[in-house]
Amino acid sequence: MAAGVGKTYRMLQEGRQAQEEGRDVVIGYLEPHDRPETAELAEGLETVPRLHAQLGGLEPNELDVDAVIRRAPELALVDELAHTNASGMRNEKRYQDIDEILDQGIDVISTVNVQHLESLNDEIAELTGVRVRETFPDRVLEQADEVVLVDLTPEALQQRLRAGKVYPRERADVALQNFFRADKLAALRELALREVAEDVGHRREAAVLDPLSRQAVAERVLALVEPQPKSQRIMRRAWRSAERLGAQLDAVWVRRRGQELEPEEQVALAALRRLAIVLGAHFLEEEGDDLVATVRRVAFERGTTYVFVGTPDESRRREILRGSLLSALVRELPGVDIRVVANRADRPERTP
Amino acid sequence: MIGLRRRRRPEVRPDARRILVPFAGALEPAVLDAAIRIAQAEDAVLVPAYLLLVPLAYDEDSPLKDQVGVAMPLLEAVEHAALRAGVAVDARIEKGRTLTHALRRLWEAERFDRIVAPAPANGGGGFTEKQLAWLLTHAPAETLVLKPMPHAA
Repeated sequence: MAAGVGKTYRMLQEGRQAQEEGRDVVIGYLEPHDRPETAELAEGLETVPRLHAQLGGLEPNELDVDAVIRRAPELALVDELAHTNASGMRNEKRYQDIDEILDQGIDVISTVNVQHLESLNDEIAELTGVRVRETFPDRVLEQADEVVLVDLTPEALQQRLRAGKVYPRERADVALQNFFRADKLAALRELALREVAEDVGHRREAAVLDPLSRQAVAERVLALVEPQPKSQRIMRRAWRSAERLGAQLDAVWVRRRGQELEPEEQVALAALRRLAIVLGAHFLEEEGDDLVATVRRVAFERGTTYVFVGTPDESRRREILRGSLLSALVRELPGVDIRVVANRADRPERTP
Repeated sequence: MIGLRRRRRPEVRPDARRILVPFAGALEPAVLDAAIRIAQAEDAVLVPAYLLLVPLAYDEDSPLKDQVGVAMPLLEAVEHAALRAGVAVDARIEKGRTLTHALRRLWEAERFDRIVAPAPANGGGGFTEKQLAWLLTHAPAETLVLKPMPHAA
């Protein structure tokens, strides 16, 4: 959840427990943070010396990946998964070091704060006002066999801070007024709880669904837009559905070859691009004379499962002569849901 | 018995006058009603624009999911009300470090013939005195500050 909740302590407890059960356990890297109770718990566990090789005049104090692999324990305890290694190291990030150890068949228990999770970076910045630079990819968490939440109420964590159990007392006051404010800690705690709850949900799904089925239920939304005012509505509705589905949103505009835009269309297109940025959507501009064929290609490339399209402007006569866009999309995009975004104000008015 | 009556769909004409109604957080229904009446009278396109604030800790191009989550249903409601009144709508979401920054970005990118700026009233949002002063000084179009009637106690 946050620094000071007791992650390192919990990792060591797990390590000791494993050792008592007869497993070969070593400490690959420990950040004792000058906390006596942590150091005490580490006693009796073998520690692989840190890397002290000279690198460009610097003496890094990092995890020695090769030494851990040579030692070949059953389980290695490696603190601070999101840590950035000193420059000149083989890997830029510690999670990459951990990947190497795992590749050698060694189990790893590591620790990390929720704010380092890459996908939460924007949300964390919005909640705390702090942009976290050390992040790690979500796949690391997804690949873990088990995720344990080390939870502490904001009040209890603040108490630990005041007691000097997290940082030296002189740093505690500043921390309490900044990152460790009760509201920020509560928000971080909620995020951590939600993340673990989602992880539990995904694991349950994974246990039930085979890989093919999982692929079948993963969603990706594609909004077909044009430089027209109604496309703002299509993007908004597509975004809301994408949010509910937990899906990525793409928006595509298919420009006819050589098509020149009127000034008002240029303005509308620029507005759509700006909207896509705000929504975190991917805006794609494709050139092609065959709209349906281009959409089919984009949908295939992006793994689209939902297509959002505006109410067609085609006249009945044109529809009969040329065929309907909707029918063509349904025909050309098998297995993809098509949703027509209507203008709610078009709904007939109910009168008694 | 239920009767069904189909509505006329208003269209956005390229040469139509454009009336910008910027807001953030909330829009007083009285301001919306007035803006719709003005757009009806002028046969203009209503451009409701929700202004998002990008915190300084963020990159300017960061997606703002939480704020967008508030803006979306509001814009839908505004658009719905205007369309039902037969007024063409071209809604926007614009972002900036401040509300005035967002506004400036908006009118640097698009043409507006009139701006309807809500003044604070009834706890329903609206621009502050300072923002309104800035708006009246810098707006590139005729600007109307609209203060709704305070609710009766």
